[in-house]
Amino acid sequence: MTSVLYDVPGPRAIARNRVLAVVTVALVVGAIGFVLYRMWVTGQFEPQKWFVFTFSNVWMGIVKALGKTLGAFALAAVLSLVLGFVLAIGRLSDHAWVRVPVTALTELFRAVPVLVMMMLLYYGLPVVGVKMDPYWAVVLGLMVYNGSVLAEALRAGVEALPKGQKEAGYAIGLRKSGVMRLVLLPQAVRAMLPVIVAQLVVTLKDTALGFIITYPELLYYAKQLTSQQGRPILQSAFVIGGIYIVLCMILSWIANVVEKRTSHSPRLKGYTPDAGGGDPRIHQGSTVTEVIALQSGAGGQDPGGQLSR
Amino acid sequence: VDVIFGNLDLWGEAIGNTLLVFFVGGLIALVLGLVVGAMRVSPVPIARGVGSAYVNLIRNTPLTLVFFFFVFGYPQVGLPELSNTVLGILAIGIYTATYVAEVLRAGINTVPVGQAEAARAIGLSFGQVMSMVVLPQAFRSVVPPMMSVFIALLKNTTVAAGFSIAELAALRATINDNADRPGNPMEVLLWVAVVFVVLVLAMSAVQRHLENKWRIAR
Repeated sequence: MTSVLYDVPGPRAIARNRVLAVVTVALVVGAIGFVLYRMWVTGQFEPQKWFVFTFSNVWMGIVKALGKTLGAFALAAVLSLVLGFVLAIGRLSDHAWVRVPVTALTELFRAVPVLVMMMLLYYGLPVVGVKMDPYWAVVLGLMVYNGSVLAEALRAGVEALPKGQKEAGYAIGLRKSGVMRLVLLPQAVRAMLPVIVAQLVVTLKDTALGFIITYPELLYYAKQLTSQQGRPILQSAFVIGGIYIVLCMILSWIANVVEKRTSHSPRLKGYTPDAGGGDPRIHQGSTVTEVIALQSGAGGQDPGGQLSR
Repeated sequence: VDVIFGNLDLWGEAIGNTLLVFFVGGLIALVLGLVVGAMRVSPVPIARGVGSAYVNLIRNTPLTLVFFFFVFGYPQVGLPELSNTVLGILAIGIYTATYVAEVLRAGINTVPVGQAEAARAIGLSFGQVMSMVVLPQAFRSVVPPMMSVFIALLKNTTVAAGFSIAELAALRATINDNADRPGNPMEVLLWVAVVFVVLVLAMSAVQRHLENKWRIAR
């Protein structure tokens, strides 16, 4: 195997790589071992530390909190997709009086941290007389932020399409709405599907921010557990953290599958947006120009597609 | 406006803490991300495995949970006591390092293999290949997404508010829990949002500028 950084290793390089491998293993085992040792010394593995998790009540509570997390995630995901489409179409509008305010709004939504948005909704709005449930603060905060990020992705997807697509749409007599609905958006959505799913992973992760504004989701429940008998602080963090990580990994895995599907889809032949480049679209807030540059120019460098995540 | 001038001391402290978390956390993220990124592109399979395990694990963990581990979990294992701010900085640095590593790896991978092969073919040493051929090209495609990572880092500093670190997003609690401080939650939070919008837009402007300056001409 050859790469940009190294050639096929010769005998000396193989020997050196072995040494490096041993050093890596030693360091990792050392680090993990140290943490486990400290945990053992401080009695984190004692039965009474894990005692709470023997109660079915606790597990019922975890399931309920999981339901709250997923509930907020589901609604936020749907709403942010809707908002994403609305904002994307608004930004692509031919009328400046639509385009300019929508652009400003999208940029504004993307620049405000999600947590500050949630706090504005939860702590701020009661000042002007609107009482806001933590659930709605979480959902709306996530919707506003992720919606604007998705809008950017969709817009980049539409703008990266070959010009001929739009012109052909008009040529066969479609109106503006028809061109958008039947020609541009379906292609943009399909091309941007990996980005959209990756953003959903971000949405799921960000539901954990609800903890800070007292939305009783998983992490909030973990915090409550820490004051139970035996004070299982690390233990509940491990249990709840495991649940979060499994959830996010399932979604990430779906994102990967979707990405593989799209990049191999015969329908997208000749238009492979992620044929090369570092796929900056998966990073929140990457600028549109670089996405477009990647999509239009950078074909052919990474035929194997091995650099996508 | 009373919110600002009546609490000038608090605002100064809060902005200072936010920037402290941002810069020190960013530094940790850069150093750690460099190491992990190097592991992920290294010829040693085990190092690659460790690197991707780290990235996949941390990337699929909510930042709030990483904070939870550090701020609540760390004091449990009986190591020397650290303040919440230090623990928060560590948490955000370790979280952001995964994104830095991915950007670096992606940047290295944008350089066509032929470039390095050609460089080796004309007899350049490893150091020369890296410093004269690969890194200059990788650098250009790394800078814009790296700026995005740091913009995200800046916004993520707000999570520290939930873990009693006195930064911008925590100002609301500080001001409103003191009866003699002027300002209501709405005003405080709106000004906090304004600060973030200004900082983020400034960073985006820098990003766009660098992007145009170093546009890859291929």
